Amino acid sequence: MTSPQNTSSASRFPKGGQAFPHRDLIGISSLERHEILYLLAEAEQYVAFNRQAAKQSEQLAGLTIINAFFENSTRTLLSFEIAGKRLGADVVNMYAAQSSVKKGETLIDTAMTLNAMHADAIVIRHGSSGAVGLIASKVDCPVLNAGDGQHEHPTQALLDALALRHRLHALGDNAEDFTGLTVTICGDILHSRVARSNILCLQAMGASVRLCAPPALMPAGIERMGGQAFHDFDAALKDTDVVMMLRLQSERMDGQFIPSPREYRHLYGLTPERLALAKPEAIVMHPGPMNRGVEIDSAVADMGDRAIINSQVEMGVAIRMASLDILTRKARGVPGWRQDERGGDWV
Amino acid sequence: MKQMRPLTITGGTLVTPEGPVQGALRANDCMIAAVGGDAMPQDGDEIMDARGMLVVPGIVDLGVFAIDKPAFHFGGITRAGLMPDLSPPLDYPARVRFVAQSGKPDLWVHPLAGATKGLNGDQLAEIALMREAGAKAIATGRRWIGDSGLMLRLLQYAAMLDMVVVIHAEDGGIAGNAAATASEMATRLGLPSAPKEAETLALARDIALAEMSGARIHARQVTTRAGLQLVRQAKKRGVAITAGVTPAHFMLSDLALGDYRTFTRLSPPLREEDDRQAVIEAIGDGTIDVIASGHDPRGPEDKNLPFADAAPGMAGAETLLAMVLTLVRDEVIDMGRAFDLLARNPARVLGVEAGSLEPGKEADIALLDPQAPWLVDSREMAAAAGNTPFDRQPVQGRVTALWKGGVQIAL
Repeated sequence: MTSPQNTSSASRFPKGGQAFPHRDLIGISSLERHEILYLLAEAEQYVAFNRQAAKQSEQLAGLTIINAFFENSTRTLLSFEIAGKRLGADVVNMYAAQSSVKKGETLIDTAMTLNAMHADAIVIRHGSSGAVGLIASKVDCPVLNAGDGQHEHPTQALLDALALRHRLHALGDNAEDFTGLTVTICGDILHSRVARSNILCLQAMGASVRLCAPPALMPAGIERMGGQAFHDFDAALKDTDVVMMLRLQSERMDGQFIPSPREYRHLYGLTPERLALAKPEAIVMHPGPMNRGVEIDSAVADMGDRAIINSQVEMGVAIRMASLDILTRKARGVPGWRQDERGGDWV
Repeated sequence: MKQMRPLTITGGTLVTPEGPVQGALRANDCMIAAVGGDAMPQDGDEIMDARGMLVVPGIVDLGVFAIDKPAFHFGGITRAGLMPDLSPPLDYPARVRFVAQSGKPDLWVHPLAGATKGLNGDQLAEIALMREAGAKAIATGRRWIGDSGLMLRLLQYAAMLDMVVVIHAEDGGIAGNAAATASEMATRLGLPSAPKEAETLALARDIALAEMSGARIHARQVTTRAGLQLVRQAKKRGVAITAGVTPAHFMLSDLALGDYRTFTRLSPPLREEDDRQAVIEAIGDGTIDVIASGHDPRGPEDKNLPFADAAPGMAGAETLLAMVLTLVRDEVIDMGRAFDLLARNPARVLGVEAGSLEPGKEADIALLDPQAPWLVDSREMAAAAGNTPFDRQPVQGRVTALWKGGVQIAL
């Protein structure tokens, strides 16, 4: 297999840029269901591509992608870096947590600096909700949100959807979306951008979402985002198709939220016994990094037939390749991806 | 500056505590000498024709964070009660004395003495000495005092000195570093948030302590239905409490936080719609006594940031009057009550002889064209910074002339 085509021809999605008419990828909240499905469809090609021995494309050759990470990250940064490099782009990583930000430069000034370097796409992670959107409003190139505070982490939700769909297909369910599926998300919902993006993404794809956390880690008004709230993990697990575990984000906690990790495991740890309460073939997910022995037991995390945690990582690269590909099509002059600022036809 | 010539304003509608009165107003020697039927221009008076205008008292803005004369004068404000949250804070007599003189002659600044040293909430400041230096009231600052024992002793001391204590009704333990009210909006935006009951708890405690000590307290901002109900009940019992609010909490709900607009980052944060409605009801039924601007101009270095990292506060002085006039047009209050809220009541809280058009009061007077339309524009504000949450909003009501102590101020 060679490098994937730019666009899926003869697809059932709108033509050209109408399939994904956004400059940036800031959050799932601004995406329509068909746009999510389009992004997943585009990512499918990269899943196959990434499984080849030689996986080098020249699609983004000559383009500069800056990964600006204002918050520590290992897996997301690595995933974006690999995605950019496999597409042939020049990828530069900026660890802002240890650069000029420490010297007192404001976020806007940093953004203007990045902009002046003529990046073709900027991938940003920042500790404050809304920060990525703020930077996006100041720069001239596509911006991808790699996590902003407790707001959104859209590529994580998309890769989760892709990994889940792959497993469902392997189990013989060939549906395109998640209609009829029940997904239970358990853990530190309050501090989790992964949870927020997943609530939006899973529901857009037709799933019912249950949320489980102790009261102190359950955000206000979450039911109005569509999820069903539980404090009792056993009740939340009953007959669920998918269990998505989240880690305790101690670094974001302002004060004490739970008495101890031991007690947390007692109430909310996913053990083999608890997993038995879910549907017989229930799928186990975790965005990582895992705290084994706290929110998830090793015996569960290592269940090859149930846990798709490594598949999530694999799909992450494909999703990020698809995102970078789609958002740079206009700049690369791909036919059908340019629209006049005043609207009108895509050319 | 002394008033050189007596002034008579003729032909306007005077907004007095007894209601609107057609007639003249005469000011002499910095004071209002006569109002309405008794007011006749005399030889040598300067005559001001105010036909078609409202003649209103200069606004007494209780609880601002900066002395920003151009903005105050634009908004018809002639006196400002300055919060102690300056850098360094107003917790020392010499600083109070300096600040008390800093606006004269055309703006009188009434410093509010910081209740505790450094506003840290652990050691009482020299309140009696600050009173000697010109402090008109005591304030806890932007935060509450967490130590209830200290708060009780503060209120006992304030009661002895007969000084009102301006409180910040937000339980610090619950509020933490919250940037929003716990709500669907805060959850969707992923903002650190705190339940609105932070206000209820703080008010309940301070009302109980005020009852124990006999102190007068003024809750500078009461922004929730439950908090307003506590104030209502306390007033009924005879507790010496007054309550205030700023236009943000009757004009906006937390929906305004969308797009992370940091000009809507306030302390206390914007509430949900039901609480906004409760604030309007409380203004209508008299539970709220004072509407103030909370003027806190903040430049881009404080506001052009991610929402939770931005400093709270809004530039409110220029829009205060226009926003209160929306309540008059909506028939929540009448024009007389509007100026009770803006001038007469805050003057009473501070104990200054101003804030109403009555003989013997200081001649702080404004001419108001209540219909004049204008557009709030954050880029073209008189204030030191344009951080208004009402940006691009069309409003009505402009001050066209202003006098402080009978002396006209150039606008």
